[in-house]
Amino acid sequence: MLKIGVLGLQGAFREHKQSIEACGHEALIIKKKEQLQEVDGLILPGGESTTMRRLIERYDFFEALQQFGQSGKPIFGTCAGLILLATNIQGQDDAHLKLMDMVVARNAFGRQRESFETKLNIKGVTDDFEAVFIRAPYIAEVKEDTEVLATYDGKIVAAQQKHYLAAAFHPELTDDHHLVQYFIEMVKKYKLKLAAH
Amino acid sequence: MSNIGTDRVKRGMAEMQKGGVIMDVVNAEQAKIAEEAGAVAVMALERVPADIRAAGGVARMADPTIVEEVMNAVSIPVMAKARIGHIVEARVLEAMGVDYIDESEVLTPADDLYHINKRDYTVPFVCGCRNLGEAVRRIGEGASMLRTKGEPGTGNIVEAVRHMREVQKQIKEVSNMAEDELMVYAKENGASYEVLLDIRESGRLPVVNFAAGGIATPADAALMMQLGADGVFVGSGIFKSDQPEKFAKSIVEATTHYDDYELIGKLSKGLGTAMPGIEMSTLTDTDRMQDRSE
Repeated sequence: MLKIGVLGLQGAFREHKQSIEACGHEALIIKKKEQLQEVDGLILPGGESTTMRRLIERYDFFEALQQFGQSGKPIFGTCAGLILLATNIQGQDDAHLKLMDMVVARNAFGRQRESFETKLNIKGVTDDFEAVFIRAPYIAEVKEDTEVLATYDGKIVAAQQKHYLAAAFHPELTDDHHLVQYFIEMVKKYKLKLAAH
Repeated sequence: MSNIGTDRVKRGMAEMQKGGVIMDVVNAEQAKIAEEAGAVAVMALERVPADIRAAGGVARMADPTIVEEVMNAVSIPVMAKARIGHIVEARVLEAMGVDYIDESEVLTPADDLYHINKRDYTVPFVCGCRNLGEAVRRIGEGASMLRTKGEPGTGNIVEAVRHMREVQKQIKEVSNMAEDELMVYAKENGASYEVLLDIRESGRLPVVNFAAGGIATPADAALMMQLGADGVFVGSGIFKSDQPEKFAKSIVEATTHYDDYELIGKLSKGLGTAMPGIEMSTLTDTDRMQDRSE
């Protein structure tokens, strides 16, 4: 059994915990940076990215999160979590954790009244994922070594670069655990890889 | 094929606000302070509840100029208040692109009988409640998020505590009811049987429930979180205090780490004077905003 952390500073972290548990693994809500040492992989949940960034800074989480990713442990960012992972954010001078090579656009589909749900074909995961987009970002550019897993309306909404996974929508708002399962398989793979080193 | 304005999209928006603080602001400058402090959203208003209370008269939807100014100033979601039952104020706010509408008893109700049928709108609504009956009626009308009513603009937490405890107690009661008992409960409370069934099965409300109405200190915010709130609204508390920036940051942190007492102690140091409070017994019946709807 794997132990997956969910950053619990703000947002829909409880739902991610339930998702991980439904997949048969242990979940830990992370509120202190020391807890990162206990987990094999980490989910950055949906919420408000600005708020999370402020709390990450105030609790000295910043370097700990970057080190976690740089050590080769998988991170899955959903919506706000995707924004935190990105190396570049359109219209902003600086980004947050800068772990995954991509340019993201914030609130890219519009305000709340434009928020929507749709069925998505996610490569290697499922072809009818119920994806809920809330004031969602999208990925405007990725690097060559990044695999685009899903697009909507021509925009990239899910992608994987090595041990980083990003989704612009909220898998935690539905009972479809396929994408979390996919992430867990990534964590398994990288855990073996790290152990072999 | 995509769908806008579904329950999942509207309720999901509130889910993303969990563990956060929503702050009342009256201009762009305050909105920026709130965003910088880590607020998950701001409520754009013409006056904070304490000033509405002091001014008296009829309180209406804010001037759209203010709402627009706030929307242009920050990237976090912007909420705004419409009067209870005021279909047109709500439509105007929706057309402006406000992210969430608070059908609020802080403003003078436009309809003393009917709340807005919130299912008709693409924009989600938050409504106040004092007990489970009110909560379920508002959900029945399409509210995607709830908050305690508390007693706004008083800086006195007692009513918000009462309302949160009442809702939690009644959820526990409902959880133990047989279906026949639940039907009578639905009848007595004018509440949807289906929504009550859902609450009985899950042991929780189907929408997020924040605390509001009287939160004046970091410890107040942490108290409400411990009582089961999903997050907090702070109205007059922040910008009526001596040091709004520091105050706002402290309330955000106390909401995240609501069970870290050492930290809350540290956060509470040197905050200066909190907003002056009002004792409930000094309010007349007409002063009580929470009784303006049911």
